[in-house]
Amino acid sequence: MALLKKASETAQKHGLLGGFAIFLAVVSFSSPEFLTPGNILDVIRQVSITGMIAIGVTFVVITGRLDLSVGSMLTLLTVLVVDQHNQVGPAIAIAYTLFASLLIGIVNGYLIGFMRLNSLIVTLAMLSLLQGATLFYSGGSNVNVTNPQETWFRFFGRSEFIDIPVPVWIFFFAALVGSFVLLKTNFGRWVFSIGGNETASLFSGVQTRWVVLMAYVISGFGTGLAAIIMGSRVMGAQSTIGQGYELTVLSGIILGGTSMLGGSGTIWRTVIGVTMLGFVQNGLLLLGFAYYVQWLVTWAVIILAVWIDLAAKRGRVFV
Amino acid sequence: MNDIILTADSILKKFPGVIALNRVSFDIRAGEVHALMGENGAGKSTLMKVLSGIYNPDEGAIHHRGKKVIIKTPKEARELGILLVHQELSLSPELSAAENIYLGDWPTNRFGIVNKRKMNAAAKIALDELGCNFGPEVLVRNLSIAKQQMVEIARTLVFNANVVIFDEPTGTLTTTEKDQLFEVVRSLRKKGVAIVYISHKMDEIFEIADRITVLRDGEVQCTVNTSESTIGEITNRMIGRDLDQYFHRAKAEFGAELLSVNQLTIRGLFKDVSFSVRAGEVVGLYGLIGAGRSEVAETLFGVRQKDSGEIIFDQQKVSFSSPKQAIEKGLALVPEDRKSQGLILGMGGRHNMTLPHLSLYSNVGVPRVDKELQVFEDYKTKLEIKTTGPEQLLSDLSGGNQQKLVLAKWLCAHPKLIILDEPTRGVDVGSKSAIHQYIATLAEQGLAVIVISSEMPEVIGVSHRILTMAEGRLVGEYTGKEMTEENLIAAVSGLTAA
Amino acid sequence: MSNSVGVKKDRAAKMMTSMQSSSLSILRIIREQHIWVFLFICMLVFSLASPYFFTLNNIGNVLTQGSFIGLLAVGMTLVMLNGEIDLSVGATLALSSALAIGLQDSIGIWPAILVALLSGALFGFINGALVALSGIHSFIVTLGSLMGIRGIVFIFTGEEALMTSDYSYTEYPEIYLGPVSLTAMIFFGLALFFQWILSKTKHGLETYAVGDNEKSAHEAGIRVRRHKVINFTLCGLLAGVAGVLLSMRLGTAEPNAARIWELWTIIAVVLGGTRLTGGYGSMWKTVGGVITLAALLNGLRLLNTPNYIELIVMGTVLVLALILDKTLTSSQSR
Repeated sequence: MALLKKASETAQKHGLLGGFAIFLAVVSFSSPEFLTPGNILDVIRQVSITGMIAIGVTFVVITGRLDLSVGSMLTLLTVLVVDQHNQVGPAIAIAYTLFASLLIGIVNGYLIGFMRLNSLIVTLAMLSLLQGATLFYSGGSNVNVTNPQETWFRFFGRSEFIDIPVPVWIFFFAALVGSFVLLKTNFGRWVFSIGGNETASLFSGVQTRWVVLMAYVISGFGTGLAAIIMGSRVMGAQSTIGQGYELTVLSGIILGGTSMLGGSGTIWRTVIGVTMLGFVQNGLLLLGFAYYVQWLVTWAVIILAVWIDLAAKRGRVFV
Repeated sequence: MNDIILTADSILKKFPGVIALNRVSFDIRAGEVHALMGENGAGKSTLMKVLSGIYNPDEGAIHHRGKKVIIKTPKEARELGILLVHQELSLSPELSAAENIYLGDWPTNRFGIVNKRKMNAAAKIALDELGCNFGPEVLVRNLSIAKQQMVEIARTLVFNANVVIFDEPTGTLTTTEKDQLFEVVRSLRKKGVAIVYISHKMDEIFEIADRITVLRDGEVQCTVNTSESTIGEITNRMIGRDLDQYFHRAKAEFGAELLSVNQLTIRGLFKDVSFSVRAGEVVGLYGLIGAGRSEVAETLFGVRQKDSGEIIFDQQKVSFSSPKQAIEKGLALVPEDRKSQGLILGMGGRHNMTLPHLSLYSNVGVPRVDKELQVFEDYKTKLEIKTTGPEQLLSDLSGGNQQKLVLAKWLCAHPKLIILDEPTRGVDVGSKSAIHQYIATLAEQGLAVIVISSEMPEVIGVSHRILTMAEGRLVGEYTGKEMTEENLIAAVSGLTAA
Repeated sequence: MSNSVGVKKDRAAKMMTSMQSSSLSILRIIREQHIWVFLFICMLVFSLASPYFFTLNNIGNVLTQGSFIGLLAVGMTLVMLNGEIDLSVGATLALSSALAIGLQDSIGIWPAILVALLSGALFGFINGALVALSGIHSFIVTLGSLMGIRGIVFIFTGEEALMTSDYSYTEYPEIYLGPVSLTAMIFFGLALFFQWILSKTKHGLETYAVGDNEKSAHEAGIRVRRHKVINFTLCGLLAGVAGVLLSMRLGTAEPNAARIWELWTIIAVVLGGTRLTGGYGSMWKTVGGVITLAALLNGLRLLNTPNYIELIVMGTVLVLALILDKTLTSSQSR
């Protein structure tokens, strides 16, 4: 049993990374542009958006819950920020967007934290609602920033600071802050304790309802930031722009090793998981596979990753 | 001399970190009620799970009607005629009584279609034999616990059990229901069924059992005929020393009234509960499971919200909407089920201990690890908690040490009133005594203490005053010499003499 | 074991209050069959709002339109009664659709249909096997297959919508009994069949037992893992049937077909009153939920409400159904 646990820890640390390293080697052999600084920065820039969202969702997952609304939230907020940019200017557009993201987070958090409804269903319902809201707002048409070259809004998605893209900086700082909050503050403790045993946390005086609400607010806020970066980068938005992000985000979190049952996990795990996923997707594209092959690969990798983790915890491969 | 139906020979069963059964040998005869007694954790349930196929022994053998058998699953046990009536009833609430009686073994034809008529008819016969006033088609979720128990017992009739094991069957029953159960047990005995009866209730054992086997720490202490033994001797065998040395009562020096409860009510759970507790006083709350004691405690602590009534704590009228508020005022609750309510097993001792009062150890929302470690070490020593360190996962600790940690968690913030709900359940004898001693110390330090317990010796041994509850109401109050087992039993059953 | 006391007492409390309330039988009927009240209100509102709603023709439409989600919902009900979930039903439908049309020319229409059905069963089986063997929660397993199976669909169709070359293929389901199409008949037939299974057969009783109290089901000798695999396989098979029928109706198979349909499916089942936690529910409830959902969507379209209204209404209705369910169950157990 101890051996299997050790094997899994090694496999998790090195196996997943080892497999990843092999993958990197294979791809760069076939497509030399894979590991060039240019491509790497591209990938990381893209990962930043998924990663921003994933940082927020990690809080939710550690409390033992889910947030499936982030994809359509991203769509709505990106459309919002781009459209409002043309109407009231970047500053107020950003303010509106962040405010909206907090609002959505509060609604989710209230239904799930205070009314104690099932998070899978509520966030699925929210997914539907937000899609409807997006269609309502945009009328189904695409929106574009009218002056992409002159606006300072381009800073978030298109600029660089010391040669590193701004989105990456934002992502990095968000990870730092998120990690600090999760590991070093009272609030973070409460998040872990709720995930570990919600009843005992309640009996120990943790304000479980508020902590869960805050977790969803954080998730919403992370998505809001991601929307700003996305809007800035693409300088436009169509009503499918965020589609599928909830799956990528969850896959990244799962790959990173955070348990879906709650009670454990770290921001850096999520960062690694999302980054690895990003490189895998990019690598597959460079190898000439169509984008949908990624989905199959992700399926296999997730199942493997979670299975190995569970197998180690219980000491045997099969249930 | 009746035939021996089942023997367990030298059964060894280990779990990580503990030997649950250490070469236990045990036999039961047809037509006898053989009681199995022992403290929590002595191994009674484990032994029964081995005999009924839920666990497999690591070593040792089981013989049924003289033949060696290997029972790998409950189904195989059932086929031999060994059936277990579970402590936590093992039924499916959304299915009917008959469907539950035949759970997993429904009478079907070749195509898998259940023959409901046959099933209901056979179930009805069994239920009638047990004197049940409900039919086989009633959904189990609409039945009282006592009636659900009858459904489980009906299983033994329908499958022609020759060995029936009752695991703590009277925990949630009223006295009338208990008497009905005993009638059933006696009629099974008359039919020649071998009955194993697990309980920690001395009075019941002496009422119903023919033989008694005592287990302590996974080993058999003795096997005697009931008629040749006494309560004292059995208790002695169970705990290893005399009752008097076992409990500690604090000196009776009381201060101001800290808690006053008036007409507290939650519909469906308890009604018009009124009592008071002074500083330095240990008030025991005795009753059967389901009487509403834990619910009262949870209401005082803010986990539940009262429908009506008044709570006055420290001269202030209070109405806590969450445990956090109660904690801030100086209340503490050591809950009944430490694994699901008291501790976060996936975390270490340090985290658990500081959780209720994190602000005491933090600056601006950031916990100070050094302060936490300090507190941890302090209480580890004070309560003699055996753990490898502040980060050791609590799931690795023994029941007694876990309970001590729960206690430490509350004490380190110096509460004014502490409620302990079944504080020594599932705790080894040594830790039990330590916890009782500590309760006395707390009272002597001026805390108001409420101890909820279903163990009569415990509640009598530590309390200055005992309140009794039955079916949601306070039915009695006893102090000093009035605190006897007879009075307590009479009090909790008085209301239900229907 | 550690939950035993809590569970016992919760059940004790449940008993006390549920016994008191079982005497108010009208309230109890509403509590347990609320979907029919919804359906009635829904039909009433739309009949008043639009003259086209309550026509035989339109009702027939409603039933046909709802049949596809309906078939998914039947399978989902089986899985949910076990306390599990299957998020991949939409993708499985798409795959079956694609295979039914895509293989027509190479192996013939009926063999293609057979392969399509088998593919549904196969992926259902894979889901179930993974859940049973690995111990991974069905949510994660089917979240993965949601992606993976969709990937397979895209690989097979090459990102293009497939079209049937045989026009008569689209006429297969055009058999009517009055306003009711063959598609709807298949849906109702299968719903009836599985309701019969649930109430009259060993497998049905096992389904409730496993979802209700898996531990005692296991102890009673029920082979829980095998049982779950069967239900997941059936769920996949039903998605396969839905896929074939959809391909017949549309004459095409798009790789993006049924994209959000698992959402609608869950809405229909939860709305009907089957509980996510398992052990409680029935096919009747699901049929009620499906028809209500279909009627709602149909009514909205008849009133020419814009697309987004549907999405918003669906989301809101789902949340309200959840709140209702929670209020009803928590008033039973304190």
